[in-house]
Amino acid sequence: MTTSALIMIILTQGTVLGATIYFFRKVLKTPAKPESDSFSENDNDPR
Amino acid sequence: MSNTTESWGSRVGLILAMAGNAVGLGNFLRFPVQAVQNGGGTFIIPYLVSFLLMGIPLLWVEWAMGRFGGRYGDHSTPFILDNMTHKRFWKYFGVFGIFTNMGVMAYYTYIESWTLTYTLKSLKGDFLGMDLAGLDSYFNGYVDLGSGINFPVWALLAFLVTLTINIYILSRGLSAGIEKVAKIAMPLLIGFGAFLAIMSWTTGSTGRCADCSTFVGLNFLWEPDFTTLANPKIWLAAAGQIFFTLSVGMGTIHCYSSYLKQKDDIALNAMSAGWMNGFVEIVLGSAVVIPIAVGYLGLDWVVDNAGFMMAFKTMPFLFDQWGSVMAVIAGVAWFGLLFFAGITSSLAMGTPWMGFVQDEFGWSKNRSAMLLGIAILAMGLPTIFFFEKGVFDEYDYWTGTVSLVIFALAEVILFAWVFGMDKGWKEITDGADMKVPRIYRPIIKYVTPLFIGIIFLTSLFKPLNGELSDWSTAFNSLSSGQGWPWANDSIINQIFHINTGVQWVADGHFTNMFYVDMSRFFLLACFFALVAMVKVASNRRKQNASS
Repeated sequence: MTTSALIMIILTQGTVLGATIYFFRKVLKTPAKPESDSFSENDNDPR
Repeated sequence: MSNTTESWGSRVGLILAMAGNAVGLGNFLRFPVQAVQNGGGTFIIPYLVSFLLMGIPLLWVEWAMGRFGGRYGDHSTPFILDNMTHKRFWKYFGVFGIFTNMGVMAYYTYIESWTLTYTLKSLKGDFLGMDLAGLDSYFNGYVDLGSGINFPVWALLAFLVTLTINIYILSRGLSAGIEKVAKIAMPLLIGFGAFLAIMSWTTGSTGRCADCSTFVGLNFLWEPDFTTLANPKIWLAAAGQIFFTLSVGMGTIHCYSSYLKQKDDIALNAMSAGWMNGFVEIVLGSAVVIPIAVGYLGLDWVVDNAGFMMAFKTMPFLFDQWGSVMAVIAGVAWFGLLFFAGITSSLAMGTPWMGFVQDEFGWSKNRSAMLLGIAILAMGLPTIFFFEKGVFDEYDYWTGTVSLVIFALAEVILFAWVFGMDKGWKEITDGADMKVPRIYRPIIKYVTPLFIGIIFLTSLFKPLNGELSDWSTAFNSLSSGQGWPWANDSIINQIFHINTGVQWVADGHFTNMFYVDMSRFFLLACFFALVAMVKVASNRRKQNASS
């Protein structure tokens, strides 16, 4: 592969992979909102 | 308006379902071909710019519109738009958000059924030892090409099975159906894609020809040619790709997010689902078809043959080069991946109808799903029987391309200019778990509508060949009284058949144009049938309000 192609692939895929992980991790780390929220998984939690 | 008890089970489930809605066959088959045809590595620059200026704004707008509608018990675009404007026009315009999905689902489920069949055939090892000519012949036989009017018995059966699977899952509802499937399908899809990407990156040179190497393929995809950045055609292609890959302009995102409550986040959810789709497309999608094909067939072959059908007519042959065991594993991974990408999208396409009829007519989930199945069967059969006559492509053009652009342009104008940016911005940022950059306020108001407007107008009036220089040639031709030289795929030429003239019968037989035009009338009839349903629903609302 040429250097310019290598730079493009590393920069682009690194950025996209980084953003995907960053936002998904932020979703997982953000505490759930108190009931009543939109999701049924925590419907039995105290309000 | 409904008192639905439907809800998402978890936030991760919602994001996976939204990402599954966006991730489709195009991530693996359309994106790499577009990149190859539009500047290679440079394509990613307009692609990412389009994502930032058009993709992300549209995602936020659609999520916000959906959650806004859900507050009033509306889960489909006709009454979401109605609630935002209280103008009759928008209620009927919102029919696009149901019609587009049903039109696309009709032919998309057919392709999905091919991937299901090919997964099972790969598992049985039926493609082992088959050369390219054999695969071509198998596919043509499977869809009964060459017989004029197509009656592919096995493909029809597979279509019915695939449609039944879709309808059954939809009848189970959001949490127990769609979300459960997304939670299984998305991780498997990413796993299969990662496996094929690793195989591609590690294959390297195969020695079958001078340039037969997966690295040559990767280089071909990623080598930038910065001179192409000045060509507007590249920018239009990139913007078009962003449109299709994110499934914006369809009405599915509105429907999914309408089951959220006002205090729940949409800004971070939209970003997470959007970037997940980008990861599947840019990291995994670019690593499979083109590099592996170059690795075994060479660059020249790929330049001449790159296209959608490579998925079925080429990939099993390439996997076969890895030995029989790996060929079976890779075949199942590839077609399984495509099936999962397809079904998570087709399920999303079914939900606007489900939301609409449950809200407005009080139908049960089973009844709504059954009637959807019958409607999709009726709409899908012409694309199967008249596949060779161009009906399949006609559906794709009007429902899968033109309708999306029209709806997205209208909804962003409605959101920013009719509903108003003050209220709109509040809708986007309410409950947000991330800081939404304020720069997106002017972007949504001015840049995104302009971006989509340019795409629409250039598609409407596209001159022959469509290059920048062709526009000035076309204007010169028009000013000198010689008329506008229409491109065959310009919307105006498609509607009026300007370049070819209307000819429905030739040599005593119906021409392809006849079948294509009949399919248009049929789609129009479907659209107006939905308009009539919205009218009935609207009357019912008025009666309920007055009683």
